[in-house]
Amino acid sequence: MSKKPSKGGAPALDMTPMVDLAFLLVTFFMLTAAFRMAEPVVVDPPSSIGEITLPDNHIMVTIDDKGRVFFGINNPTAKMAALEKMGQKYGVAFTPAQIKKFSGLASFGVDLKDLARYIDAGEKERTNFQPMKGVPNDTLKNPQLKDWIAFAGTEAVKAYNDAKEKAQAAGADFKAEKPRYAIKCDGGTKYIFAKDAIKAFTDLKIYQFNLITTLEGGGTVLNPHP
Amino acid sequence: MSEIAEGGGDHGKGGKKRAKKQSTRIDMTPMVDLAFLLLTFFVLTSTFSKPKSMELTFPAPPNPNDPKVEVKNGITFLLTKDDKIFYYEKEFRAVADAKGPATEIKELNFSQESLHKFMLDKNKWIQEEIKKLDDKLKAKQMADTTYKRLVKTIKVDKDRAFTYLIKTDDKATYKNVIDLIDELNINLVGKYVITDIMKSELDLVNTKTGG
Repeated sequence: MSKKPSKGGAPALDMTPMVDLAFLLVTFFMLTAAFRMAEPVVVDPPSSIGEITLPDNHIMVTIDDKGRVFFGINNPTAKMAALEKMGQKYGVAFTPAQIKKFSGLASFGVDLKDLARYIDAGEKERTNFQPMKGVPNDTLKNPQLKDWIAFAGTEAVKAYNDAKEKAQAAGADFKAEKPRYAIKCDGGTKYIFAKDAIKAFTDLKIYQFNLITTLEGGGTVLNPHP
Repeated sequence: MSEIAEGGGDHGKGGKKRAKKQSTRIDMTPMVDLAFLLLTFFVLTSTFSKPKSMELTFPAPPNPNDPKVEVKNGITFLLTKDDKIFYYEKEFRAVADAKGPATEIKELNFSQESLHKFMLDKNKWIQEEIKKLDDKLKAKQMADTTYKRLVKTIKVDKDRAFTYLIKTDDKATYKNVIDLIDELNINLVGKYVITDIMKSELDLVNTKTGG
């Protein structure tokens, strides 16, 4: 068919293998990509030389520049179980549909009594949700953050152990990591706000954290070994 | 770009052979464009979304029954507003006593000439010792595990290594703390801890900053 190259016409090129490859890669990346919901707040973490990539299985506390605390769990199973436990403890009822929807949400920064309304709100309303004062972290009167961490931690470890047992029973390799605790804080935040959040962790005898930082790009610390 | 079915041009000429000459080629260019667009999107979003972090371990609150540990080579950093750092060495003494004069705090800032130089001076020996080990490792005179063990020993050397205490007042920012820890990490410091500020230290800082 393409025996006679027409003058001036483009040479025919068999693109099939390239297309195959392109779609193979697209499929791969599509399946591996984990979509994240929009975070309710934008924080700008400080830079450091830390190069440890944050493990996928983490429980993250985000603190914005006004000191509001946001809480997020990466594992959907643990997230649903933690919400149920929190509801029981504080006497707030959640419908199964709400719990299901909650597992897909990003971190949140609302009081538990407003959470049901927050879950039901649309994507757009959620960004302008009122009152969004952060998860209460009052050690004496309203230690919601501490309870969230406690329940989420227990549930995440349980989910990890369940998955491990399942894999071992099936004789498969088990590669998942244990849940880790991460703190993401805005650079301009007063340190005392971070300290309060860390206090919630240390009260639960959790002492090891991953502090989220951006990669060093100049700034105050330059080449350490000239 | 790619060739579009040319067979169609022969349409009217030979009625008999029409079926054979019908080309099945489709122009794939738009599809390829789309495929690569998606590919680029997924590659970019998946690789750049993983955040980096630094690991940090906080001390467990001290048990009141434990004997009080004396910090031998202590350097205490006091972080305060306007990105200022104050520091003092050894133990804190509110007033002069038999062991020495009252503690005076000196000022540093986060610039290259100030904090970075201070840390470099204090920790030069660590880097020199580790460099010696590096050379030995490169010359294959030492096993990898021995190297790691020795580096660790140097970092927590009882007589020479400093213990850094980081304390903040109400006005210091999170960025200050991270920058300071980062500087300690860069200088391969093995022992540092973030703790609460004492009232007497806070007073000293306040007199310096005037607030």
